[in-house]
Amino acid sequence: MKVLVPVKRVIDANIKVRVKSDQSGVELNNVKMAMNPFCEIAVEQAIRLKESGLVDEIIVVTVGAAQSQETLRAALAMGADRAILIETEETPEPLAVAKSLKAIVDREEPGLVILGKQAIDGDNNQTGQMLAALLGWSIGTFISDLVVEESIVKVTREVDGGLEKLELVPPAVVTVDLRLNEPRYASLPNIMKAKKKPLDTFSPSDLNVDVTPRTEVISVVEPPAREAGVRVGSAEELVEKLKNEAKVI
Amino acid sequence: MAILVIGEHDNDELKPSTLNTVTAAQELGDEIDLLIAGANCGAAAEHAARVTGVKRVLKADDPSLADSLAENLSPLIAKLAGGYTHVLIPASTYGKNIMPRAAALLDVQQISDVSGIEGEDTFVRPIYAGNAMATVRSKDAIKMISVRTTAFESATEEGEATIEEVAGAQESGLSKFAGEELTRSERPELTTADIIISGGRGMKSGDNFAMLERIADRLNAAVGASRAAVDAGYVPNDYQVGQTGKVVAPNLYIAVGISGAIQHLAGMKDSKVIVAINKDEEAPIFQVADYGWVVDLFEALPQLEAALGEGG
Repeated sequence: MKVLVPVKRVIDANIKVRVKSDQSGVELNNVKMAMNPFCEIAVEQAIRLKESGLVDEIIVVTVGAAQSQETLRAALAMGADRAILIETEETPEPLAVAKSLKAIVDREEPGLVILGKQAIDGDNNQTGQMLAALLGWSIGTFISDLVVEESIVKVTREVDGGLEKLELVPPAVVTVDLRLNEPRYASLPNIMKAKKKPLDTFSPSDLNVDVTPRTEVISVVEPPAREAGVRVGSAEELVEKLKNEAKVI
Repeated sequence: MAILVIGEHDNDELKPSTLNTVTAAQELGDEIDLLIAGANCGAAAEHAARVTGVKRVLKADDPSLADSLAENLSPLIAKLAGGYTHVLIPASTYGKNIMPRAAALLDVQQISDVSGIEGEDTFVRPIYAGNAMATVRSKDAIKMISVRTTAFESATEEGEATIEEVAGAQESGLSKFAGEELTRSERPELTTADIIISGGRGMKSGDNFAMLERIADRLNAAVGASRAAVDAGYVPNDYQVGQTGKVVAPNLYIAVGISGAIQHLAGMKDSKVIVAINKDEEAPIFQVADYGWVVDLFEALPQLEAALGEGG
């Protein structure tokens, strides 16, 4: 079975983002970029499936600017077999990404698509669900456990009340949550090897996909700032302030 | 404006998230229908009919809707959406699972996690873990929106809506519910509690959360956790507050042994009053705390418990 793993290049999770002074977005120039942390977990899960003999080939794919090749190479260094870049200068919205991914699924016919539950830039949490809708496939979102069998995919989902188990009829789309696994680091030899792995590039028009944005960003601003308050030195002082000053207990 | 709210419920009663979502809908207009899709969900539909501002409750009662499977529920939402200008759902795990599938079926770009409504097509939403607020305009004919429930008050329950049956639900055969492990607690739910006390990696073990629970019981508070505490296995996943966990905004949030990573702050920085208890005085959590106490939490918690006991 082939597995398709869509990944995204985002600002590194440890970097504090800065809003541009013209309010058009956040500053991306000279900022450290990295693979979206949830995508790393998706790549790791695909590699584990391959190591257990259930998967023959892992294809990673991204939709974005030319620099997104770095993210694909990072996934290849972890252990993916080949990569596809759908190159566009537009900031792709989840629906456009899902349409692009559908076109790749139609070509490659994977048995499973594994992707992160959300990207930490837009925080949309949509792409996997939309891809499953366009394909008419089953969906398991926010999973913390995955068991792939011949004719069934068993998932455990992290939901607001606890955990939920579903059985999916393959082919399926699953979106991964934080506790599914701990992604590995790429070794230096594997980073070198990854440079020679195949990477194909398409444009959205090659795939007959319209990526014109459906939403217009009017402004991006800083959230209201919270100011640090006062220090207290004892439990009695804290309780007194919560009762009489803040009036919250 | 004709607005459809997708109600989150357990077939017996509405979840509080639905009440916040109705308030968001009221900012758009007053023609509001509320969908209750489930199995044997008559009681939930009657509860929905009492929500102030709702004109009609649409009850879709079908065995295929028993477990809120996206493959069965999303096509029904897509089918009903044609009669509306806006479709709203809470941005809980329920809404996040179902809504994008319905939006894609309609070829609509959903707007996620809306925290402000500027006009019929213009919405404010947090991006980058709430470190930036984006105002976006939707060009789609139907606006499909998930609502950040902490940003809107709860609707009251003084209404008298009519209940109409709607048909059209179909079993997709694509997925099957196979069980659940829900956390049972006598304490308030995290997302609706007035007071929350949360523990982080500094708690050092799951057993030590009992120290937080004793304080929670005195304050009628919910107990939460940082990702680090959940990853370490101290408490279950549904305790997690943060960018990818639950977003909360109680009157009082007490962070104990939590350093304050931006991902955690994203989930709680809209709380009215924040207290930080941490032995590291450089911890970022102190930058957002109204009251900071630099102390070893294992000394602080028994003292806090005693101080609350004396006071009342």
